[in-house]
Amino acid sequence: MVKQSEIRYLTPLSVDVKKKKYCRFKKNGIKYIDYKDPDFLKKFLNEQGKILPRRITGTSLKFQRRIAQAVKRARHIALLPYVTDLMK
Amino acid sequence: MNNYETVFILTPVLSDAQMKEAVDKFKVLLTDQGAEIVNEENWGLRKLAYPIDKKNTGFYCFLEFKAEPTVIDRLEINFRRDERVIRFLTVKQDHFAFEYAEKRRNNKGGEKKQEPKPVQEDVADVADVVVETEEAKED
Repeated sequence: MVKQSEIRYLTPLSVDVKKKKYCRFKKNGIKYIDYKDPDFLKKFLNEQGKILPRRITGTSLKFQRRIAQAVKRARHIALLPYVTDLMK
Repeated sequence: MNNYETVFILTPVLSDAQMKEAVDKFKVLLTDQGAEIVNEENWGLRKLAYPIDKKNTGFYCFLEFKAEPTVIDRLEINFRRDERVIRFLTVKQDHFAFEYAEKRRNNKGGEKKQEPKPVQEDVADVADVVVETEEAKED
């Protein structure tokens, strides 16, 4: 027999209400994304060094474009890799 | 006159003196054409994120300057011709970039000019902001 607790685990009850995502640049009033700062840009990359989509980071379109620009510049001057494994 | 910034990577095989000479060459090239150098940084020998020309490290140099757009063409031609330069990137500073660069310069002003890793200071600044956001996220 399956225990009650395990059933609950498989079909979670109403999972806590979805947290509203927000754009951290708008919230913090950051206006310029520096391509010379790879540690900051890494927050927007996945393990393989790909740029994370907006639906995950919650960044607004305007700043997503600027992140993309900054990441690409950083890659050009070898501050960030184009392809990699296990970056973090 | 526009504001520009340029990052270029020199091969790691150069000696310190040779490296200084290479940087000076580009500075002279800029000033000769009426450009005004606002800031100069030497990030020192850094590891590259991927090998360039089979090299894993490089001397990073960073220049900020005011110049006419025609100067950039000349500068980039010289970067391409110079074998010591393995990679370069020149960017025009827009309004926000200019403000950011000013702040960055002022932050650095308090410290020694030839800091081995001046970039780290700024990293810390931005990191603080990010930490705040992440704390907010967890709420």
